[in-house]
Amino acid sequence: MAAKIIKQTIAEKILSSHAQRELRAGEIAICEVDFCLGQDGTSSLIIENFEKLGTGKVFNPSQFAMFIDHSAPSPNIGVSSIHKLMRDFAAKHSVKISDIGRGICHQLMLESGLITCGDLIVGADSHTCTYGALNMFSTGVGSTDLAISLASGKNWFKVPETIKIIVHGKLPVGVYSKDIALRIIKTITSKGANYKALEFCGDTIGRMSIDARFTIANMSVEMGAKCGIFEADKKVLNWIARRSKRKPHPVAADEGASYQSVEEYNVENMAPQVALPHEVDNVVSIGEVEGTRINEVFIGTCTNGRLEDFKIAASILKNNKVHAGTKLMIAPASRDIFLSAIKKGYIETFINAGAAILGPGCGPCVGTHNGVPADGENIISTANRNFKGRMGNPNANIFLASPATCAASALAGRISDPRSFSRRLNR
Amino acid sequence: MSNLAHRLRKLQNNVNTDYIISGRYKFRIREARELAKHVFEDLEKDFYKKIKKGDFLISGENFGCGSSREQAPQALKAAGIRAVVAKSFARIFYRNALNLGLLLLECNTNYIDDHDELELDLDRNMIKNKSKGLNITCKPISALSRKILSDGGMVEYFKKHKGRLEIET
Repeated sequence: MAAKIIKQTIAEKILSSHAQRELRAGEIAICEVDFCLGQDGTSSLIIENFEKLGTGKVFNPSQFAMFIDHSAPSPNIGVSSIHKLMRDFAAKHSVKISDIGRGICHQLMLESGLITCGDLIVGADSHTCTYGALNMFSTGVGSTDLAISLASGKNWFKVPETIKIIVHGKLPVGVYSKDIALRIIKTITSKGANYKALEFCGDTIGRMSIDARFTIANMSVEMGAKCGIFEADKKVLNWIARRSKRKPHPVAADEGASYQSVEEYNVENMAPQVALPHEVDNVVSIGEVEGTRINEVFIGTCTNGRLEDFKIAASILKNNKVHAGTKLMIAPASRDIFLSAIKKGYIETFINAGAAILGPGCGPCVGTHNGVPADGENIISTANRNFKGRMGNPNANIFLASPATCAASALAGRISDPRSFSRRLNR
Repeated sequence: MSNLAHRLRKLQNNVNTDYIISGRYKFRIREARELAKHVFEDLEKDFYKKIKKGDFLISGENFGCGSSREQAPQALKAAGIRAVVAKSFARIFYRNALNLGLLLLECNTNYIDDHDELELDLDRNMIKNKSKGLNITCKPISALSRKILSDGGMVEYFKKHKGRLEIET
């Protein structure tokens, strides 16, 4: 066999294996995709476009799933008709559908065991990039692109250049992967990784749990990135082995692979970070906004609605009460997380603290239901976007932070530094 | 024939798809012409009323960032926008617009003001700003993108090629 000459990044390797030829950044290739998904904000257009394509059948029904999560249970007739359209399509084509109350598409995909290291995934939701934490090329697309893949099992891809991000240092108590994600976004900005792949590595990442890595992978798209990929270390392989029967194909970058740039971050003395309204890259250290009055707190979403996030929030909220005049809403990212959080007593802690518990799903993140803020209200949320109007009211202000910062802020009714709970968080 | 340029007054860079069409509407309205009445509503109320069919939308860097919602280019097209002209486009929006046959042009938009009269010369990758007497060069559109656009979008392209995705670059 001829010696391999091209040195490749993880993104180049995964796209190459799905195009059956060696690719470099900048090339355009047709690749076979391993899995496709849509959610209730994008599936009506997927179905319309799929029907226009005229192939009549889904290329591989076992490799497609639809999720009713963004606006679920339905708050109005328009949404109800979209949900019905999805259910009817699923029944007709024998494809998977996840109905109300099961959770957010991304968390359910991760838990499903349907996907594994080395896969190429397309999802009609921009946060499909979350699965990169499990060493796959997973990217958000629009509804027409998804329909094309649904009908043909393929799509065309431009091979992205890669920015390598190395994170060093032991995180201080009270500072988390969400703070790292916000810190990186501040530097790279919301357009700095447009069309690029990100590769995350470094000793901080190695020590991190898989839940914590999902938070960083999830926010790759907030820098414009096509995907954010992590190495397949033991933690990743164990996580996959517990859930999937499929054989993983771990992919590592070649020594000498070509990167657009390599960026290093040291997080050893980093403070909790907060994104200010109305842009995700408008990030400051918590000291600059501490004391800002908060009317509404939301803990949940595909960024930070996982068991580890709830554990952190519960350790702050335990035997405490949410500030009078501040609302706290908590939504588990999936039914499994919800059940585990009940067993561990976190949900009881949240309810006793005064929180409103929402069903598994996207909650108020995208502004259709479950806690639309009033004019002039300030919200602090664990979500990934704080655009004007995102939560349903253009006259509200959204701050983004970690579950710890959000929980501490719920108690004070003001933006608060969770490091004051370091004795609780250290346990 | 020349048409008018429309610049958003409040925001020039990082115009995200939530601003183009809010989640409040995209979840419950499926009719593109109804969606079109709400474009940029959270930035400028009644923006859609200013647009005449064939007009241009002008913006800065990273237009269309954020959510993957295809309702964003769909609503712009239904509002009558002939082309979006920006310094750069976010990745998913770029693909979505192309797939729907909405023309996107990348150039230095500092030379285009609100209500300037523009004319397209696609063969020469040029926008003529007739109000200012300027010719503005745009980044060339790839061969594949040109084909998809000339077929009227990805659905038509796919059907024309009988489901075979072909790329000649």
